[in-house]
Amino acid sequence: MHELSIAIQIVEIVEEEAAKVEAESITRLELDIGLLSGVERDALEFAMEEAIRGSLLEKTQIVYNFIKAVMVCEECCNEFNTDDYFNSCPYCNSLKTIFIKGKELNIKSIEILKQ
Amino acid sequence: MCGTCGCGEDEHITYRNPNNPDSHLHEHSHFHGDKEHSHAHHHEHDHSHPHSHDHSHDYLLKPGGGALNSQTIQLQRKILSKNDLLAERNRGHFEALNIVAFNLVSSPGSGKTAVLERTILEKGSDFNCYVIEGDQQTMNDAERIKSAGAPVIQINTGNGCHLDALMVNKAMKDLKLPENSTLFIENVGNLVCPALFDLGETKRVVIISVTEGEDKPAKYPTMFETAQLCLINKTDLLPYLDFDLEKFRQIATQVNHHIEFIEISAKTGEGFNQWYEWIVKHRLSETD
Repeated sequence: MHELSIAIQIVEIVEEEAAKVEAESITRLELDIGLLSGVERDALEFAMEEAIRGSLLEKTQIVYNFIKAVMVCEECCNEFNTDDYFNSCPYCNSLKTIFIKGKELNIKSIEILKQ
Repeated sequence: MCGTCGCGEDEHITYRNPNNPDSHLHEHSHFHGDKEHSHAHHHEHDHSHPHSHDHSHDYLLKPGGGALNSQTIQLQRKILSKNDLLAERNRGHFEALNIVAFNLVSSPGSGKTAVLERTILEKGSDFNCYVIEGDQQTMNDAERIKSAGAPVIQINTGNGCHLDALMVNKAMKDLKLPENSTLFIENVGNLVCPALFDLGETKRVVIISVTEGEDKPAKYPTMFETAQLCLINKTDLLPYLDFDLEKFRQIATQVNHHIEFIEISAKTGEGFNQWYEWIVKHRLSETD
């Protein structure tokens, strides 16, 4: 259950960034979360509800972009979608595949109000 | 980086030296101010969260009449960037002093401490071993390492389920690592959370014992995906178990085709020469 520490990190980073531009409030927060990032979707959403309490993000609209995993084959450079770690390349059957999408844990953007 | 996962609070993290258990009690400084202690439970919750909130835009007008401007800022910032930055600082420190650092991860009871004990007893002075021990509670592992003969700092994470780069940063300062030393960081026994937290280590070593199921890499893929070496421990028990080594290797390779394997027994010492060769290889590559 590391999702709460991740949620707390999100709130800290967003509050810092909002302070840098002297934002009065944060209206929207967009997160990119890879489906194989090691973060459980429901647990993160639940942890965020706790983490934003009493913060600048309490009334912020939070948009989660859950990103499907894409792998590329090291042998034949074929790209393919996957839901897990065990897919071999559908083109050449090699197991030498690496993730190019699906591992994201990023704060994409914030929408703020300022003077 | 807040070192807690779920229900921990940073003040509960302690750093202790078994030679002087009372003098090394540090409180862990934390970034999140006076955030309330909150208990998180993994629970079934089947409703989705659109998180929409219908708001009128009247509030764009301040009471004084001055309008607020809406602005979108593209951050593209990694959520774990604070931990990653600190981890890079640790890595820089290790590089400057020509230290190799290994992050040992596994489920509880697979033999991390036993592997370290034998390594220290047999190669403690050759490798100049230093150890950071991570556990939720107790000094037990630090006492074992101390008896084996290596300087050690015990981090007790309280309720936290992993070590993070800040904890390692503080502990390694207490250890006063000399040049050309080898640092073993024994992470909290957990195959889930430690996978996400870079500590600045040179290499990550996952340990599995043959008393566990051979499908562990399938169940906890992130951990096996992020490790460079897999030590398969307790091989002396293989005759009594149904553990299928080949099947295990095959599943682990599916998750991470770059992972190396060494079969060892911390009890009999079988396979340890190979483990030492692997350490030497990385100590040499650090020197180059």
